Amino acid sequence: MNELLDPLLLARWQFGLTTVYHFLFVPITIGMATTVAIFQTAWVRTDKVVYLQLTKFFGTLFLINFAMGVVTGIVQEFQFGMNWSEYSRFVGDVFGAPLALEGLLAFFLEATFIGLWIFGWDKLPRGLHLATIWATAVGTVLSAYFIIAANAFMQNPVGYEMNAEAGRAELVSIGEVLTNPVALAAFPHTIAGSFMVTAGLIIAAAAWHLKRRQFVDAMRPALKLGLWMMVVAMAATFFFGDQLSIAMTQTQPMKMATAEALYDTACGADASFSLFSIGTPDGSEEIWSLRVPYLLALLSTHTLDGCVEGINDLNAEYVELWGAGDYTPIIWITYWSFRWMIGLGMAHTLVAVVGLWLTRGDRLPKQKWVWNVAIWSFPLSLAAMSVGWVFTEMGRQPWIVFSLLPTESAVSPNVTGLDVLISLVAFTLVYGALAVVEFGLIIRAIRKGPPKLDEPDPETGVVKPTTTVY
Amino acid sequence: MDLATLWFWIVAALFVGYFVLDGFDFGVGMSLPFLSKDDTDRRVLINTIGPVWDLNETWVIVAGAALFAAFPEWYATLFSGFYLALLLILLALIARGVSFEYRHQRPEAEWKKRFDWMIIVGSAVPALLWGVAFANIVQGVPLDEGHNYTGTLIDLLNPYALLGGLTTLLLFFTHGVVFVSLKTDGDIRVRARKLAVRSGLITIVVAASFLVWTGLAFGGAWFWGFAAVAALCLIGSWLMNARGAEGWSFGLMAVTIGTAVLALFSALFPDVMPASNDPANSLTIANASSSDYTLTIMSWTALIFLPLVLAYQGWTYWIFRKRLTREHIPAAAH
Repeated sequence: MNELLDPLLLARWQFGLTTVYHFLFVPITIGMATTVAIFQTAWVRTDKVVYLQLTKFFGTLFLINFAMGVVTGIVQEFQFGMNWSEYSRFVGDVFGAPLALEGLLAFFLEATFIGLWIFGWDKLPRGLHLATIWATAVGTVLSAYFIIAANAFMQNPVGYEMNAEAGRAELVSIGEVLTNPVALAAFPHTIAGSFMVTAGLIIAAAAWHLKRRQFVDAMRPALKLGLWMMVVAMAATFFFGDQLSIAMTQTQPMKMATAEALYDTACGADASFSLFSIGTPDGSEEIWSLRVPYLLALLSTHTLDGCVEGINDLNAEYVELWGAGDYTPIIWITYWSFRWMIGLGMAHTLVAVVGLWLTRGDRLPKQKWVWNVAIWSFPLSLAAMSVGWVFTEMGRQPWIVFSLLPTESAVSPNVTGLDVLISLVAFTLVYGALAVVEFGLIIRAIRKGPPKLDEPDPETGVVKPTTTVY
Repeated sequence: MDLATLWFWIVAALFVGYFVLDGFDFGVGMSLPFLSKDDTDRRVLINTIGPVWDLNETWVIVAGAALFAAFPEWYATLFSGFYLALLLILLALIARGVSFEYRHQRPEAEWKKRFDWMIIVGSAVPALLWGVAFANIVQGVPLDEGHNYTGTLIDLLNPYALLGGLTTLLLFFTHGVVFVSLKTDGDIRVRARKLAVRSGLITIVVAASFLVWTGLAFGGAWFWGFAAVAALCLIGSWLMNARGAEGWSFGLMAVTIGTAVLALFSALFPDVMPASNDPANSLTIANASSSDYTLTIMSWTALIFLPLVLAYQGWTYWIFRKRLTREHIPAAAH
């Protein structure tokens, strides 16, 4: 019973649950805001009705999703203080600044301009109305930058000094915090990943209609955009993911070692990367694996003869530095989440590449199963995104702020296990119910297809869009 | 004035912004059962805040982030201490937020009714609990040497705090109803004005007793100054509403809420979270704040971006300044 009511364990589960859940909606908010802005720009520039239809169609999906991102986001901010008060005290001086910047620069921007966009169709001139969705899109991307800069401080603390008297980290250079090498790689990696997830949704929605040969005029360009977005975003995700690996090897070598479950330091050909392995559940013993020699050395150091430090050697180093203890995260989680992240992303890209080939020119495949693959691939990159976060956050353990503050010392001392259990159960139930509702609404909105629009104005030839009313 | 004190007042200003703005959202939400006769009425009500509720709610996110950045100790003590109360606020804000967007996605009456209730409860719970929370902050709560709250949820529900909660509930309710009278036309507008006359009277009585209690127990000169302005504006708002001057009534109500929040912060000053058990454990502006470097960066950021934010938010309100009527609600869409 006592173990069940361990506030630390419950608070970690709660953070994991609410964060992974929140980040199901965030990537689609980021990617879809820009997608809608692109379609609306195309409409303003060409006056082609089909682009307005696409703007409205994907706009509806965007808004259903946006609401969830907003309400689950408040939980994230409050949670730091509620469950992790010692963490808040320790990092507030550093972490709070990017968070406040995020609020002032990004949250206000998106929250204000989204309202103008939804309700402003008939109240703003066309160009200005277009600007509101771009402002929203900029807000979503900016917000990601600040929160990733804050997160990067937890992975690789920079720009601070320890104040022993106050028992906290204090900011000495905001510039260093905002240009943390981990942030500079993780931010584009995350944004590109967000576009992958969005591309997956666009492809699935378009494929659903093209399978039935409905709304072909609108859904064909949507499909093409989705397929290209997936391929380009995947290339960018890989490129910046590689940059992030290098930064990670330098700043959190333990995370890189556990990504491969590499126990002993290895160099060159021995620093191989296992594509797949069968072993004991904790990853400590290997029965069989499929290995690519040199690949781990290449990923970690960008050289073929580079050396990658092993878990045992690193732990020995850390014991020297910080005293006796186990400084390894849960290895089977880091090992498998790293692989699933890459594998799921590559699988989705493969679908997109094949899709580009099958739809080249004016072709539209007749086989239903081809379309079904496109529709049902949607969860692939979304799952890749989730396990990517699981990898990067679980790989940071046992630290909440790497090398400075252990996770176990960060939890609120006065919050009881029962308190956390109550909130964990409440969030699980509410989030579960909302997931059903939101998924149902998304499916419904996709099936409904793009809206019928009024006839164009006889004088200008332009369709006047009707405004949204709740 | 040192930077930490400046940020005490900036945090106060952010909460003023939050309560003045999201306050009328809560009021409109709570007024659904009182002001509507059918679905079209309810849609008129919801659409009065449709374009702005999200930007209004964002004020609490920014206020929370500013609290975290400028007063990490205060943020940590407050949020871990008022754990279950904040959980209820969060669940309410979640229910309310999704309802605005999801209610109109399906035509069925059952579907809409469910979200109507989520809007009503999701508005009433935070309107009540924010008052409870702020009254407890002013009154002081038991804190240990590490500034951790040692009480329970029940301790927060004391008579003084409940009166504070009732005050914000009624203030926001009347604020929202006056907002409806300002933003609609036709029957709803008339109904809203009549309702505001009645709810305004109760609000005046409850708010006055809360302010007097606060003043006698915790207030100084600054408190009484702000409280007097708040009281006069509240009465002025009621009179203006009774005379049909809706714009004046709403403006004075906004000033009432703003000065009431400032009055509470004055009563708090220079503490940020007094310890009721032992003054030595109190959190003060001095012992709860961030370093000067952090506060300097935040000051510059606020100085540059807050006016910009106010400008584009003001512009948004101007764009949506027109009154809504039942005729604005298309029957076809749902």
